[in-house]
Amino acid sequence: MRSEVLLNTVGLWSGYGGKPVLQGVDINVREGEIVAVIGRNGVGKSTLMKSLIGLLARDKGSVIFRGEEIDTVPAYKRARLGIGYVPQGRDVFPRLSVMENLLVGESINGQRASRDQIESIFSYFPILKERRNQPAGTMSGGQQQQLAIARVLMGKPALILLDEPSEGIQPNIVQDIARIMVELNKSTGVTIVFVEQNIDMIRAMAQRCYVIDKGRITNEIMPETLEDRDAVRRYLAV
Amino acid sequence: MTVYYTLFTFLYQTGDAFAFLVLSACGLAIIFGMMGVINLAHGEFIMCGAYVCAASARAGLPLPLAVLAGALAAGAAGMLIERIVIRPLYDRPLDTIVATWGVSMIVTQSTLILLGSTMPGTGTPFGSFAVGPYSYSIYRVVLMGAALATLGLLWLGFTRTRFGVLARATIQVPHIAQALGVNTGLVYSLTFGLGAALAGLAGGLYAPTMTLVPTMGSAFVVEAFVTVVVGGADIFLGTAPAALVLGIIKAALTSWQGQLAGQIGLLVAVIIVIRILPRGISGWILRERA
Ligand SMILES: Nc1ncnc2c1ncn2[C@@H]1O[C@H](COP(=O)(O)OP(=O)(O)OP(=O)(O)O)[C@@H](O)[C@H]1O
Ligand SMILES: [Mg+2]
Repeated sequence: MRSEVLLNTVGLWSGYGGKPVLQGVDINVREGEIVAVIGRNGVGKSTLMKSLIGLLARDKGSVIFRGEEIDTVPAYKRARLGIGYVPQGRDVFPRLSVMENLLVGESINGQRASRDQIESIFSYFPILKERRNQPAGTMSGGQQQQLAIARVLMGKPALILLDEPSEGIQPNIVQDIARIMVELNKSTGVTIVFVEQNIDMIRAMAQRCYVIDKGRITNEIMPETLEDRDAVRRYLAV
Repeated sequence: MTVYYTLFTFLYQTGDAFAFLVLSACGLAIIFGMMGVINLAHGEFIMCGAYVCAASARAGLPLPLAVLAGALAAGAAGMLIERIVIRPLYDRPLDTIVATWGVSMIVTQSTLILLGSTMPGTGTPFGSFAVGPYSYSIYRVVLMGAALATLGLLWLGFTRTRFGVLARATIQVPHIAQALGVNTGLVYSLTFGLGAALAGLAGGLYAPTMTLVPTMGSAFVVEAFVTVVVGGADIFLGTAPAALVLGIIKAALTSWQGQLAGQIGLLVAVIIVIRILPRGISGWILRERA
């Protein structure tokens, strides 16, 4: 199965207030892939995700989606190209209900989600159906993470950017989320790029991994490599 | 019997004060609560609504449509000013205060130069009704209804429409709303326009009851600010209850000691509230809930 490149970056530089964080990142993601971005704390994983969705402007280089440079496209228009961003720390809208949070996600494709689509999302995340009228800010971290994922599913994105979904949530929910993401990828073909430090989640989801360090991609490895403790120490430990 | 008449007078005056406070304040409250912008040109949007309403009514438009025209004109002016003046200053709250103050002075002075020191108004419609020995303006009762209807429609608009949900999402976590495909710039522009249109609505509704002069906005602005400060950032949890409490205070003091006492009472109420509830009534309610 050969498929097209959906997203790539070419020599991408970006950072905060003139201080560079990414210093020439090159990645290539093909349609239908699940790719992990791994690396120690503070190496620039979230900075990469923010640069891809456009919350952070690049300093040099390019972000290319479906073959088109999108460097000058504002974040909301990048989202509308079919990119669903799930931020680190989930950032649900705390004083909107679960249902209202989901409705915001419709802005990605600008279409009302059908009843079937909403039911199918609820079948992956039944807790959200149960709590549909509850303010999102009152839910647990794991529930908010599920909401943040469901929120982008409302807009049927072609690409999901998932930043550390396992952070601060219970191991059994981490496993659930990994399983659901793989299922979604199989059933809808959605492409997934995710940042993760949790070995179990990486091994459960990723088809391949980019290792990022000091603002560059230093390695590309297969998830099985992480069965080896030395490799884990080399790529992930502090 | 007289006790009932007195009670009715008190209710009428409270309702009248409540309506004035709600209508004066809701545009200001929306712009402050949703965007964090303290709009010192609020009074000029009110004046714009009043002038356009009076001019359209005198040109033969029925009053309800004339009021609507005033609101729309102020809303359009608001969106224009948001684009030109406010947008570049979103990250600089103090600068927006100065800039909107500047807009306020420019508009007041240009109106004075272009249209003169006063503008012919339209008479108050509907006449009056009597309860016991006292007579009351029917139009004032219409204004009370308009205040309640405005609150009701705003509530529906912000909770039941797509725009309302996106606007609330945008104030809560703007960058995430944007990353999910929401054109937050447009949301801000429309929100500011809505706030200005509500100011224009207040101007239009009160145009038949007052003398139209370029500085007429200042009659509303003090009470609008008092209400927003007491209420805090949330229009439904803040502005409405604040207007009710302040309406009662104002009506009580006015009937006891006259207009001036009513005004002073409001200012004293603000000072007390700032001491006890620095984030206003809605800040307090939201904290109790959390
Ligand atoms: N908003 C910001 N302003 C300034 N510097 C920032 C900002 N966000 C992150 N940084 C800095 O940029 C560098 C990379 O941060 P980034 O959040 O991309 O790391 P990360 O790899 O996602 O780390 P983590 O695993 O802790 O999430 C860090 O040194 C961080 O301190
Ligand atoms: Mg991070």
